[in-house]
Amino acid sequence: MTDAAPASSEMPAAVPENKDGRGPWATALRRLRRSRAAIVSALILALIVLACALAPLYAGLAGSDPFRSNLGGKIMVEGKRVPVMQPSTTGLGLGVTPIGPTWGTAYMLGADTQGRDVAARLLYGGRNSLFIAASATAICLVLAAFVGIVAGFAGGVVDMVLSRILDVLWAFPVYLLAISLSIVLLNSSFTLGPVTITSGSLILPIGIIGVIYVPYVARPVRSKVLTLRQSEFVLASIGLGMPVSRILTRDILPNVIPTLIVFVPILLALSIVTESALSFLSIGVQPPDASWGTIIQDGQSLLYSRPTVALAPGIAIVLTVLALNVLGDCLRDALDPRFKLG
Amino acid sequence: MNGKTLVTLLAAGLTLASTTSLVSAQSRAELMAAHRGGTLKLVARAAGGTIDPHVNYTLQYWQLYQSVYDGLVAFQKGDGIDGTVLVPDLAEAIPEATNDGKTYVFKLRSGIKFSDGTDLGVDDVVASFQRIFKVSSPTSGTFYNGIVGADACIADPATCTLDGGVISDAAAGTVTINLVAPDPEFFFKIAVPHASILPAEAPTTDVGVAPIAGTGAYMFTTYNPNESLVMVRNPNFTEWSEKAQPDGFVDSIEFGFGLTDEGEVTAVQNGQADWMFDQPPTDRLAEIGTNYADQVHVNPLTAFWYAPMNVNLAPFNDVRVRQALNYAIDRDALVGIFGGQVLAQPVCQILPPGFPGHEDFCTYTTDPGTVWSAPDLEKAKALVEESGTKGQTVTVISDDTAVSREVGTYLASVLSDLGYDASVKAISANIQFTYIQNTNNNVQISVSQWYQDYPAASNFLNVLLSCASFHPGSDSSVNIAGFCDKDIDARMQAAMAQAVTDPEGANVEWAKIDRAMMDAAPMAPLFTPKHVDFLSKRVQNFTFSNQFQWVMALSWVQ
Repeated sequence: MTDAAPASSEMPAAVPENKDGRGPWATALRRLRRSRAAIVSALILALIVLACALAPLYAGLAGSDPFRSNLGGKIMVEGKRVPVMQPSTTGLGLGVTPIGPTWGTAYMLGADTQGRDVAARLLYGGRNSLFIAASATAICLVLAAFVGIVAGFAGGVVDMVLSRILDVLWAFPVYLLAISLSIVLLNSSFTLGPVTITSGSLILPIGIIGVIYVPYVARPVRSKVLTLRQSEFVLASIGLGMPVSRILTRDILPNVIPTLIVFVPILLALSIVTESALSFLSIGVQPPDASWGTIIQDGQSLLYSRPTVALAPGIAIVLTVLALNVLGDCLRDALDPRFKLG
Repeated sequence: MNGKTLVTLLAAGLTLASTTSLVSAQSRAELMAAHRGGTLKLVARAAGGTIDPHVNYTLQYWQLYQSVYDGLVAFQKGDGIDGTVLVPDLAEAIPEATNDGKTYVFKLRSGIKFSDGTDLGVDDVVASFQRIFKVSSPTSGTFYNGIVGADACIADPATCTLDGGVISDAAAGTVTINLVAPDPEFFFKIAVPHASILPAEAPTTDVGVAPIAGTGAYMFTTYNPNESLVMVRNPNFTEWSEKAQPDGFVDSIEFGFGLTDEGEVTAVQNGQADWMFDQPPTDRLAEIGTNYADQVHVNPLTAFWYAPMNVNLAPFNDVRVRQALNYAIDRDALVGIFGGQVLAQPVCQILPPGFPGHEDFCTYTTDPGTVWSAPDLEKAKALVEESGTKGQTVTVISDDTAVSREVGTYLASVLSDLGYDASVKAISANIQFTYIQNTNNNVQISVSQWYQDYPAASNFLNVLLSCASFHPGSDSSVNIAGFCDKDIDARMQAAMAQAVTDPEGANVEWAKIDRAMMDAAPMAPLFTPKHVDFLSKRVQNFTFSNQFQWVMALSWVQ
């Protein structure tokens, strides 16, 4: 008993040291490095994040403001000044169509119905989509870890109450819950103590998405903690009279973290898709802000004449989510102690 | 517009003109013999609500009612401006006013039957006018409140008798209508579907989806708002006036609901539908205007798109801010959003072109004169600076249809250029119009449209901006700006009174009122739209009335 306690306090007991003497994290990292799928996915993600981070640079080079209408604007294309919004010159002369992709610096992917540069909006929209997804994921993981650990470790009435709350949340279809919350909160400003959150704030979609996925993470965390609660090193700590806070932070949390890490890419992917869906329905990111979902909505009325407007953010979402899912699979395998390197 | 476009337009116009002259050249009987029969298939995104003609207030069904119901008088079923001419319908003639313009005696035609086989009588006329109040018709308090006894009917609709207001004489076959005061627009008001004459036995509540018998060439048979509305020939109909209620060419009309507007275009292109009610989506306009030019009809509307600004809420409670926005708007850009110069025309006044009282003027442009030329952003910014409202938060409320949302987004962008923290909120088109009317929602600025009910200046200026049209806290406050200027109100009352004896003089006064309104700028007029009718190849003899648009009874499909 006396030998077990220090060991459990120093390292995650459920993730044993590898035969070659490396720690579990180093082993996982080594496995990831040796996975081509993981490297390609990470590169794609890095590229997307970098491109979005450089949005102001592109907008500056293109000379376009992605948040202001430019219906009467003109740009240089192949040495000629052409209108961004182009009136039809055939037949009855009906309709005005935004300029298509120029594949040049300005209006690389063409214009939307407000004459705005789609490429610039795509990059700025990506910043919002990624920021919302990352923030919502962080909120979700913190809440889920807290609820799962408390429920699993405390057991009894606390476990029953928290589990039933999770059951109630679980019972709602996730999109129905998200849409309901969005409609209620977006209709007016939302006051939380001294803080007032306006209807156009990004905090609303972040909070909504962060909350709705809590049951999906908290349940596996609780299951893990229930198992850990009965493990020898935890029982030893309890027997030695260690404070609960120490047991939770030194024995339980380190063993829960791999589970949480595996959820990161999955949650990021889910959050991006959910945010896009909400924004597409006008109940996520509010104009003049952009996100990939709002740009798809902008492009909906141009599907026939300028499909690029909707396709570009669609492709961005698919690439990001695909990369996150592949990376998530690789991460899960890398953190699995039973996984054997080929 | 380039030369090629002009040639195509002229060709389309000549084709239309030749078709029209063809009709006048041949006798109607010959045309009927050659083209009678078939089914006209119409499509729309959604149904238009209740089928009750005393309650429904949508162009979608008002178009259909023209061939199903009749009033004592009617707008002529004719092309263009002819469609705004009043003709006697169920009445034998349009009567002269007596009793200082307050009394009209209508002699009812004999031998007319409802589609259920019952005879039309004077009691049906009295009951119908009472029913307008009993079902709380949307215009009962505005169009028909001038009838003697209307006050009591508005106060207690269930017991409405219009005592002393609508009096029948069965022996003489006459109906006498007494007004509280002379009303130059009285005949217009009784020519719209809300004053349709229905059987006296018609339920005194909104019938919803259960059709009521009418006297027109067609009758409704089935109505399922989730699926379709079907009209067939009225077996008891005999044409009494070609101008008021012409017999129709097609045997039946089927109106299907549920397609998207993209789907509607495709259905018409493929010949699966003959006409789409909704305007074609903007990204299909170039295609149909090029590849289907001979199936497209573009006609001007007496209507306008505008942005009402709440004169009782910051920052628009400052006239300089309202004027600034008027100066800053690039109306050409908005015309582009609607589909280009062929489909819309920039305006900066309230009365539409060609409307009674309209005189071209534009104050809010770089070069003030008769037409809008370009935005004056410098002047606009100076006015905002002067007002000290820069930096305030403004939310533009549009509806969620594509064009309205785009107009709202554009206005938010202009307000941002002027220094405001502006955003746009697009809400469902089903509720937006009532939402922006209710002062409890604190709407600062919105996107709206107004289409004429009948051709009179008061139908725009008095309805949209009079003190009487402003009802704080109500969903039915069509004076969305909440504008109430006692002086201008008095001038409008005087102009309406003048119109009884001197309509021309009254129109001159209305033109001045239009200018006075725009000086106060409670709204930003944006553009006056044109209407696109996209028809299948087989629809011939398209006739567009300025009043109720397509006169379906005059078209044939075989």
